[in-house]
Amino acid sequence: MTEELDAGMLATEIAEHPDALSAPYGGGELGRGRRRKEDAKLVTGQTNWTDNITLPGLLHMAVLRSPMAHARIVSVDVSAALEMPGVIAAYSGADLAAEDGALPCAWPVTPDMVHPDHKPLAVDEVRHVGDGVAVVIARDRYTAADALEAISVEYDQLPAVVDMEAALAEGSPLVHSDKGTNKCFTWPFAAGDDYEATRAKADVVVTRRFRQQRVLPTAMEPRGVVVAPIAAADEYTVYSATQIPHILRVMLALVTGIGEHKIRVIAPDVGGGFGSKLNVYAEEVLALVVARKLGRPIKWTESRSEGYQATIHGRDQIQDIEVSATKDGKLLGLKVELLADMGAYLQLVTPGVPILGAFMFPSIYKMDSYTFSCTGVFTTKTPTDAYRGAGRPEATYAIERIMDELAAELGMDPLELRRRNWIKHEEFPFDSICGLTYDSGNYEAATAKAEQMFDMTALRREQAERRERKDPIQLGIGISTFTEMCGLAPSRVLGSLSYGAGGWEAAQIRMLPTGKVEVVSGATPHGQGHHTSWSQIVADALGVPFEDVEVITGDTDSSPKGMDTYGSRSLVVGGVAIHKATGKVIEKARRIAAHLLEAAEGDVEFHGGTFSVKGSPEAKLSIQEIALATFAAHNLPDGMEPTLDSDYVYDPENFSFPHGTHLCAVEIDTETGFTKIRKYVCVDDIGKIINPVIVEGQVHGGLAQGIAQALYEEAIYDAEGNLTTGTMVDYLIPSAADLPHFDTGRTETPATSNPLGVKGVGEAGTIASTPAVVNAVVDALRPFGINDIDMPASPERVWRLLHPGGQRREASGTVAYGGVSTSTTSGGAA
Amino acid sequence: MIPAQFDYVAPTSVADAVAALSEAGEDAKVLAGGQSLIPVLRLRLSYPSVLVDLRRVSELRGVREDGNELVIGAMTRHADVITDPLVRQYAALVAEAAGTVADPAVRHRGTFGGALAHADPAGDLAAVALALDAQLVAEGPGGRRSIAAADFFVDYLQTALSPDEVLVEVRLPKLEGQWGVHYEKFNRTAQAWAIVGVAAAVRQENGSIVDARVGLTNMSSTPVRASAVEAALRGTSADGRSIAAAAEHAAEGTNAPSDLAGASDYREHLARILTRRAVSAAAGV
Repeated sequence: MTEELDAGMLATEIAEHPDALSAPYGGGELGRGRRRKEDAKLVTGQTNWTDNITLPGLLHMAVLRSPMAHARIVSVDVSAALEMPGVIAAYSGADLAAEDGALPCAWPVTPDMVHPDHKPLAVDEVRHVGDGVAVVIARDRYTAADALEAISVEYDQLPAVVDMEAALAEGSPLVHSDKGTNKCFTWPFAAGDDYEATRAKADVVVTRRFRQQRVLPTAMEPRGVVVAPIAAADEYTVYSATQIPHILRVMLALVTGIGEHKIRVIAPDVGGGFGSKLNVYAEEVLALVVARKLGRPIKWTESRSEGYQATIHGRDQIQDIEVSATKDGKLLGLKVELLADMGAYLQLVTPGVPILGAFMFPSIYKMDSYTFSCTGVFTTKTPTDAYRGAGRPEATYAIERIMDELAAELGMDPLELRRRNWIKHEEFPFDSICGLTYDSGNYEAATAKAEQMFDMTALRREQAERRERKDPIQLGIGISTFTEMCGLAPSRVLGSLSYGAGGWEAAQIRMLPTGKVEVVSGATPHGQGHHTSWSQIVADALGVPFEDVEVITGDTDSSPKGMDTYGSRSLVVGGVAIHKATGKVIEKARRIAAHLLEAAEGDVEFHGGTFSVKGSPEAKLSIQEIALATFAAHNLPDGMEPTLDSDYVYDPENFSFPHGTHLCAVEIDTETGFTKIRKYVCVDDIGKIINPVIVEGQVHGGLAQGIAQALYEEAIYDAEGNLTTGTMVDYLIPSAADLPHFDTGRTETPATSNPLGVKGVGEAGTIASTPAVVNAVVDALRPFGINDIDMPASPERVWRLLHPGGQRREASGTVAYGGVSTSTTSGGAA
Repeated sequence: MIPAQFDYVAPTSVADAVAALSEAGEDAKVLAGGQSLIPVLRLRLSYPSVLVDLRRVSELRGVREDGNELVIGAMTRHADVITDPLVRQYAALVAEAAGTVADPAVRHRGTFGGALAHADPAGDLAAVALALDAQLVAEGPGGRRSIAAADFFVDYLQTALSPDEVLVEVRLPKLEGQWGVHYEKFNRTAQAWAIVGVAAAVRQENGSIVDARVGLTNMSSTPVRASAVEAALRGTSADGRSIAAAAEHAAEGTNAPSDLAGASDYREHLARILTRRAVSAAAGV
């Protein structure tokens, strides 16, 4: 086996699209389909998951969780648990209240945001099913689990608050009675012309209410934490299955009062997160506090059903959206009013998620007016927070859905409507109505390629034939043209949005005496393949072999600075930081080379890892020879520090704006309501590509996750606030067997805002696919007078729309586009 | 999740297994493939005092012929049932339905007898056993007895087995002659439980259906025999219109649950549609 994948070794789809293995750029490493360095240990079981960590004297923590959505805690009695053999300690929330601080929210989106106290263990009240009430520490996990059953808690039940609109109504029971309201904040934003004046000029106004159902992030590896104390020194090593070791370190120090310099955080191998591990969790704080009290190492690992209650949830918004346009399809204005379910408390960036989305509703379109407002609402449910895309998938869904509805209202081809409104490639850089500067893009090229791969004409013909003959299997075609803001983020922009930290990323290059290279990155992977991609960037820049580069991440001792991994930022910010650090290495090495080659610095050229003197090709030194010479330090320029090591902290000047066109064809069995994806084509423009195989993996995974929201996943709470989809029996996650073949393609419009020309790909598939699928479902159902469906578009939901009151709805045979009207149309089944 | 403490025995004979169950009393549980029981234990929905693991009882594994009956050992894994030539020849419906159970990992651990003894009405194999008039042979302290499938499934997760009995084997009348079979399963993801499933076997002579067996998955607290459909099919011609008319009776006598996977009226509708499809496929129409 060679280290590089070739077409024959890749999945068929890549072989069928040879451009997936495009020729390498520049120094030869960028753009190569390198086999991932990470995989050998992953597939041979030699990974170091947090739960694999065992230490001498390790104790196990278990958390007793509230079975009720909302209740006053009358009493917690841990005495019977303490009497059980093997139980070392047991604490109620009150027992730890003086030490465990409060969990942080780093994003106070408005000055008057209601920010309730969030204790790691509830003291007076529980506010969602799964809220921690007590902990047990025992010699083994089994004893700890048994001991939970011996704790007796008396609850005085309070009313659950489940529905957001009811929560805001006068007289609603309160989640936090001391706050006097269930409203967390209202965040308004407006840009361009006055919306009402713009709307008055419109020929057509279309409104819809879309629901972003709550979803449960389900990473392959559950959450877990191990805390190893050195009691005498009050020092702690925290191993956590986290995306954010650096942020976690700061936050644990702030929460517990332990000095930041006394806490080392290690994210060992981390098996996925999708945003759910971008947080500071109660169990991390509790394990630290208890390890400090007992002076013993503590481990906690969630069970899957525990995680479904106690790990953050995603999405959960009600979106009221209105678009106004002229009769020939020119967008005039867009109005969005969101209700965003915070859940019971604010986790790290809970209120910021819908605010990130605010900037993405206008998407790739030009318009005169945009008005937005979001109200965050407390409910007695698990807190929400960032989930793959974080605000941007929700926004993309709403705009792409309503563009299809506007097209139907106008009787216009939905692609044509998009064409008339999108930013043309010659108009870049373009300032969006929200004030973002889209640096580059070519929507025409991506769409043209997608249409060609999809064979739109043939599918539209088949659709017409099926409609004509009233075939029980109806075909629907869905479109999603999207952009996203990635590469979070320019620090000053985050500051202007009241976020509590910056958006830079740190890198360090260390040249070892033997010519090997160590790369330290603050971007901490949880499955993305950073170690491979970073090695390619460094090998390309320095001209050293890929195999000679080692990447160090995820430990605040060995990679002390970082802002971690989320928001498709690692490559665009962290990768660029590495690229810039290599530049510093090269410039210093050039000075040493000039000195050793006795040439003027300006005459020394660097190419392919070798410094040579202009005009005397025999005078040359490799960068690895320079590294050894620097280590020896026998003959360096006067006064030069004897090291080539270089640091770079990169703060991006702008976001990046990946875009693409996704096309989906579904077959709907009108007898059962079952939706099958017949064809899925995506053309993503993510700028320059470092490793096409990693890109392919990110796209496939993202598509699966976005399709899952469209068709399968939904966290359901009953009226009492119980999570009824609490296990994977009831919470449906599709597997490869349920997903179609993905036809992936790319166009390449490099980002101009960073020297690598990269844009990020971690979230693209998730953001684009959900509306593509639902647009396809609605397109199939439109002849039946149906113009919206809630997600997930389950078979029963489709069937009920087709059989209102049990009676089968008849299709008109042709699409009943409404034609041009001045009336306001609203969603739902007509 | 973490199960509560239990004792564990792994006898090597049915007699020893029965003895272990008798000794342990009502709080013992038989562990077959564990694909349902282990999750139940991990969720602490059950607190057995002892698990009697049948995995080492080799006499419970395998498929054999006995006259005009096919005998499937209770501990035969789904994966072995699916590929067994005798099953494919005489009970193709069993092989087809077993092939839809969960996912490959479950099918390589889960057992035919375990699935029936668990008696989950959403399980695919109970409806098949019922439709094919299987006899389920149990051994207890008093010896062996044979229980008709129609009497075996008592209620949700409840069977006619007593706590000290072990399901030993399942006897199926060989389907010989012009039988066509099909199992039509409707679920949302490949490894999910059936929302509704229909097991159909029909025998044709000269273009007419002369015998029909139809069993329904997840249409009541037990698997259900669609007797009205069977009666309507017998003697009709094997054409789409007749089959569709017969399938309209599919929900009669059922008591479909309403849950997250589907409300009862939707299930009743699915039963009719899927029965039409299952019978049509079985009849080659």
